Amino acid sequence: MAYAASGHLETSTGLDNRKLLMWLFLASDCLFFGSFIAAYLLYRDRSLVGPYPEDLFDIPFTSVSAFILLMSSVSMVLALAAIQRGNVRNMQIWLFTTAALGTLFISGQAYEFTEFNQEGLGLSTNLFGTTFFVLTGFHGAHVTIGVLILVSLFVVSLRGGVQQKDSLTIELAGLYWHFVDIVWIVIFTLIYLIQP
Amino acid sequence: MTLADYRAKRGEPLIKEEEEHAHADHHPNALEYAQIGLILAVITAAEVGLYYIDMDHSLLVAVLIMLSIAKFAMVVLWFMHLKFDANVFSVLFVSGMALTFAVFIVVIAAQRGHLV
Repeated sequence: MAYAASGHLETSTGLDNRKLLMWLFLASDCLFFGSFIAAYLLYRDRSLVGPYPEDLFDIPFTSVSAFILLMSSVSMVLALAAIQRGNVRNMQIWLFTTAALGTLFISGQAYEFTEFNQEGLGLSTNLFGTTFFVLTGFHGAHVTIGVLILVSLFVVSLRGGVQQKDSLTIELAGLYWHFVDIVWIVIFTLIYLIQP
Repeated sequence: MTLADYRAKRGEPLIKEEEEHAHADHHPNALEYAQIGLILAVITAAEVGLYYIDMDHSLLVAVLIMLSIAKFAMVVLWFMHLKFDANVFSVLFVSGMALTFAVFIVVIAAQRGHLV
């Protein structure tokens, strides 16, 4: 995107349209997750058969997962800070760290889903199972897409394709990643910690 | 030429959005980000600790929601830079959040029979 002499972007608002579009997407994604969280809260204690949330939730395990995702947000913002200073090497390190932490979170979620399944909870077992798997599954899909974006950026940066002038690309990936994190902040509190 | 450049060329003051954008580079440094990360970790530990404390359920829910809002706000304001970026991004995101909250309240109220 072209920059004018003053450093402002060549758009009527002076703002980057890609960033504007990302924020618009995140605002719409709020509705997506808000609907699933509302559905979960409505139906979690209306299951006619078990297992129920209190039978399955492993709070220490989920707390570690929440902590991992939170720390991945820190590494993501450090990647952005590094590229904005022109430090490509540090950006690569933090980008890789973020992708690794994201992968760890996804692995934890896969383990949790497997455990729940072995305890007899499937997608169609009861209302709790349906709403829980749909909500956390879609969140997991978002994290997976985020990891793929981060890995792609890491590979491109290894080939010299990400420089200081491209910091907006890292910022956009960061916005998406932080959004995934704040959704989990809400899920962790409303779904795991606050039991009926 | 952008509107901002045009105004700058004529010596006119920048409008608020442009001024904020011009200052968008004043982001926190790595140490500040690490400090915010530490605060977020402490809040998360507090949340988990509270979960195991035997206390009034309503009070627990209120405290957990407040802590969650604090974490949410810190990530959005500092890590997503809404505190430093142009207002239009905040307006967009807050609009989405407000709409989500409205849908949330209406769905729950309807399900509990408060709406006919």
